Amino acid sequence: MNTVSSPAFDAVEQGSSLWHDAWLRLRKNKLALLGGAVLLFMIVIALLTPWIAPYSYEAQNLDLGASPPSAAHWLGTDIFGRDLLTQVMYGGRISLAVGFIATAVALLIGVTWGAIAGYVGGRVDAIMMRLVDILYALPFMIFIVLLMVVFGRNILLLFLAIGAVEWLTMARIMRSQVQSLRQQEFVEAAVSVGLSPATIIRKHIVPNALGPIIVYTTLTIPSVMLLEAFLSFLGLGIQPPATSWGLLISYGAETMEEYPWLLIFPGCALTLTLFSLNFLGDGLRDALDVRGSKD
Amino acid sequence: MSLLKVDHLSVSFVTRNGTNQAVDDVSFAVEPRQITAIIGESGSGKSVSCYAMLGLVPSPPGRIDGGSAVFQGQDLLSLSESELRAIRGRDIAMIFQDPMTCLNPFMRIGDQLIEPLTLHRGLDKKSAQARATELLDEVGIRDPQGAMRAFPHEFSGGMRQRVMIAMALINEPKLLIADEPTTALDVTIQAQILKLIADLQHKRDIGVLLISHDLAVVSDIADQIVVMEQGKVVEQGSPQAIFDNAQHPYTRKLLAAIPSGQKIADAVAADPLIRIDHLKTWFTPNEGAEPVKAVDDVSLEIHRGEVLGLVGESGSGKSTLGRSLLRLVPLTGGQIDFDGTTLSALQGKPLKQFRHRMQMIFQDPYASLNPRMTVYDTLAEPLLQHNLVSKAGLDQAIRELMDNVGLAQAFVRKYPHEFSGGQRQRIAIGRALATRPEFIVADEPVSALDVTIQAQILDLLADLTKEYGLTMLFISHDLAVIRQIADRIAVMYHGKLVEEGPTAQVFDSPSADYTRSLLAAIPGAHAA
Amino acid sequence: MLRFLLVRILQALPVIFVVITATFFLVRSAPGGPFDQEKVVIPEVRAALEAQYRLDLPLHQQYFAYLGDLAQGDLGPSFKYPGRSVNEILFAGLPVTAELGLYALIIALVIGVTAGVFASLKPNTAQDYIPMSLAMIGICMPSFLLGPLLVLIFGIWLDWLPITGWGDIPGDKILPAVTLGSAYAAYIARLSRAGMLEILSQDYIRTARAKGLPEWRVVTQHALRGGLIPVIAFLGPAFAGLLAGSFVVETIFQIPGLGRFYVQAAFNRDYTMILGTTVFLSTLIVFFNLVSDVVAAWLNPRLRQQFKGGSA
Repeated sequence: MNTVSSPAFDAVEQGSSLWHDAWLRLRKNKLALLGGAVLLFMIVIALLTPWIAPYSYEAQNLDLGASPPSAAHWLGTDIFGRDLLTQVMYGGRISLAVGFIATAVALLIGVTWGAIAGYVGGRVDAIMMRLVDILYALPFMIFIVLLMVVFGRNILLLFLAIGAVEWLTMARIMRSQVQSLRQQEFVEAAVSVGLSPATIIRKHIVPNALGPIIVYTTLTIPSVMLLEAFLSFLGLGIQPPATSWGLLISYGAETMEEYPWLLIFPGCALTLTLFSLNFLGDGLRDALDVRGSKD
Repeated sequence: MSLLKVDHLSVSFVTRNGTNQAVDDVSFAVEPRQITAIIGESGSGKSVSCYAMLGLVPSPPGRIDGGSAVFQGQDLLSLSESELRAIRGRDIAMIFQDPMTCLNPFMRIGDQLIEPLTLHRGLDKKSAQARATELLDEVGIRDPQGAMRAFPHEFSGGMRQRVMIAMALINEPKLLIADEPTTALDVTIQAQILKLIADLQHKRDIGVLLISHDLAVVSDIADQIVVMEQGKVVEQGSPQAIFDNAQHPYTRKLLAAIPSGQKIADAVAADPLIRIDHLKTWFTPNEGAEPVKAVDDVSLEIHRGEVLGLVGESGSGKSTLGRSLLRLVPLTGGQIDFDGTTLSALQGKPLKQFRHRMQMIFQDPYASLNPRMTVYDTLAEPLLQHNLVSKAGLDQAIRELMDNVGLAQAFVRKYPHEFSGGQRQRIAIGRALATRPEFIVADEPVSALDVTIQAQILDLLADLTKEYGLTMLFISHDLAVIRQIADRIAVMYHGKLVEEGPTAQVFDSPSADYTRSLLAAIPGAHAA
Repeated sequence: MLRFLLVRILQALPVIFVVITATFFLVRSAPGGPFDQEKVVIPEVRAALEAQYRLDLPLHQQYFAYLGDLAQGDLGPSFKYPGRSVNEILFAGLPVTAELGLYALIIALVIGVTAGVFASLKPNTAQDYIPMSLAMIGICMPSFLLGPLLVLIFGIWLDWLPITGWGDIPGDKILPAVTLGSAYAAYIARLSRAGMLEILSQDYIRTARAKGLPEWRVVTQHALRGGLIPVIAFLGPAFAGLLAGSFVVETIFQIPGLGRFYVQAAFNRDYTMILGTTVFLSTLIVFFNLVSDVVAAWLNPRLRQQFKGGSA
């Protein structure tokens, strides 16, 4: 699909693709842009944490104990004298990592599953979606709790468990997109041109299905992060010595009467990130939704 | 005194992309006991004028800039929302284009019908229901009692439109505004509904304001025609005056665009390029359900170099036949021969390699183009797929194609959504011609286009057929269009072929009853 | 109608079966048993206990025995609390959790639907932005954050409301119910707004206005029916979520409900308790999903026709 400019045509005008139009629409959405900026900020901080954190992760200061925000410790310290800002930064690494990785897993499985079911149709589709329906009906929250208890200390399993919940909806969305696209006339035209199914999926279906997938992915990440935080809060997710925002919030909740900052700052970090992701996702949905103009 | 007198009405829409003057200084009148028709293409402002009068245009972004609309001594534009509401549904009633979506799918028909009565006349439920049942009978619904309890989805398009008409007339309004009431209906149903509206108008002595894009349709029943273009009224007069002595160039253009005349069949050898033998294409939506026999035992020949017109209404199977020929849907039975090859038996690679000999032009010009591909990409794809040109020759080939279909070369990097409907159809035609096929199926190629654009595309197709020596299957529900472009005609009904023959013969002396009723339903029989 | 119900119930059975089986084998395959955490137990006593709880039998025999018990509605004895059966403990905690869930759901529905419909009437204005921003906060602030915050503000700093217990002090049900319900209120607000916007742009709404109906009637008589269907369909998943949410809320507010027992059982490796609660809760969830699906489908006349075996 490379368009190379060539001298054979006179005075070619620049075209404006749908992606370009969507980007222009997104740019006008201040909230979405703000969300995107904050998200980017969080990600950069998370990536650079080992180099830019003010204190080392293990550094304790038992004489100090828990202290409110000060010049030395911008967010205060916990009961072991550990710098809260450092804790929040490291916790962010884990929370964001879980969010992105688990979503990526769900995306990969769900999109592939849904695309195949949607394109092939017939029996294959019926069987594949039947499986999705059964799995969907299982009360996953309960299962996850169970899994975490049983196999506990394994971060990998955490990713898998969370991914296992989210891929189902992704599969459903992809399937319905592919199904409706497959009936579009330009796909019939592609068939009559003589393209193979693989080429049709690659060139014609996937680019047009991307919109809702992108939106849903952006909205899945916060949902995954919430799930991790929930599990960690119950003591079933991330285990010490690692930390995550959920874990920090649970510690903070225990001592919130005496040391409220231990609850508030991690809480803010989590909420702010979730806000950003949701605003960005909403903005993307609005930008990508309009299908270009029809006569 | 006129029933409705519109003077210097102007309406604009203010959006973030700028201000659009939808209605610009429009004046016309509807006389009592007459049918006035407003004709225009998309963007003419015909619908907006009427919606604005009744306060149905959402107020941002719409804005009434000026003018008056006097109805029974009151200027509608100066009334408050609650005063307008008293008039809506009681003195002025409206019916809309798409009966499928205009009735509330969650409410029973009876409940929706009695609303104007209980609201405006304060009738109690029982009397309202009695009145509603009477009205359903009047508009031709067979089982009025049953219909009252039914839901909209249980009815066909024509029946739903009858219900809409009943709902509009239930309060005995003085003026009925009908916005494209028959555009979404099959041609035979269209004729019935138009007749119903004309009869009711006569019987009840009301005025009707009929909005349409189809001059032929309104010429049968209108007393007065108002022609609009780009928000302005360009001409008005009686149908006689318009048809015989149109003044404005746009009116003349509209008239010229009405498909007319009959194709003079070239002397083509009766040598079949395609032979269809007892073809069956059946669909089974669910396991164990009754199969839908879209194409049910059709046998037909398509001669080399001819344009065969395939006519039928919705559900006739004509589109499925076209797609079956192109092997876009699985065949259930029968055989198709294409120039000596058994097309119906081809599979896999041989089928793919055969495809360049036959192509299709689809009905919806926007849906038939990949919105993410430029004109260049779309035209290049078939050329590259079948190795018809070298990389070097690609630009040249695309340039030629664009010239042939009348697209400015400067647009080659643009995307479908940046074009108008007619231009998109040209791109689609270009794509179909890229592989220099012998056979093209054109499935309702102009039905989604404005009337003036329609004429252009039809001319283009006729020229290209000659120039490329194509054989074409032209599918349409519009008999007038078919008459203009087809050498022979085949008529389909419920999956079966009911008639076939040379165009002149089928039109002058049809043999099948169904063909006769189709021909009788062609609008515009009274004009020209 | 009956036929549709039957089909759905039959579809639900394999799900419950899978739940029981999977949970059973998962729990049994976990390292450690119910007695490993307690003080050291003499081998003979241990053997006797294991016999009592059938732990000495091969796994698959335990499984079938369990199925047999289940068929009779017996969820088995608890490991952690000898002498008490799972049934007993469950049904002690159930009413509490049910009440909590009910209040939360009511809060969620009332606030959510009102806010969502209200916002949909004037999109992209203050009437829209304000409720929806609040809704966004509700979604982004999880219950385990909101709960402690509310406790901090209303319970500790302002000292207006009690912060633990259930039914002990008047007003102690307010904070837990609000905490649990707010995320769902937010979600329902967004759902109803989206549903209403979709319906309000339909042609038949224009028809209703053209008939002269006042706007409030257009909204209540014509728009609500279709607009709220997504909310009804959401109730099934919402129920499951409320149940999960109760784990957290009951822990924070020290409420003696099912959720808290479940979490404790999970920690204690109380096999029968985990199994019993999982099976019970899962069955409830499946049942609720079924009901909400059926109701949502029934509300759509086209689908309703299909149930009755008539043609659509």
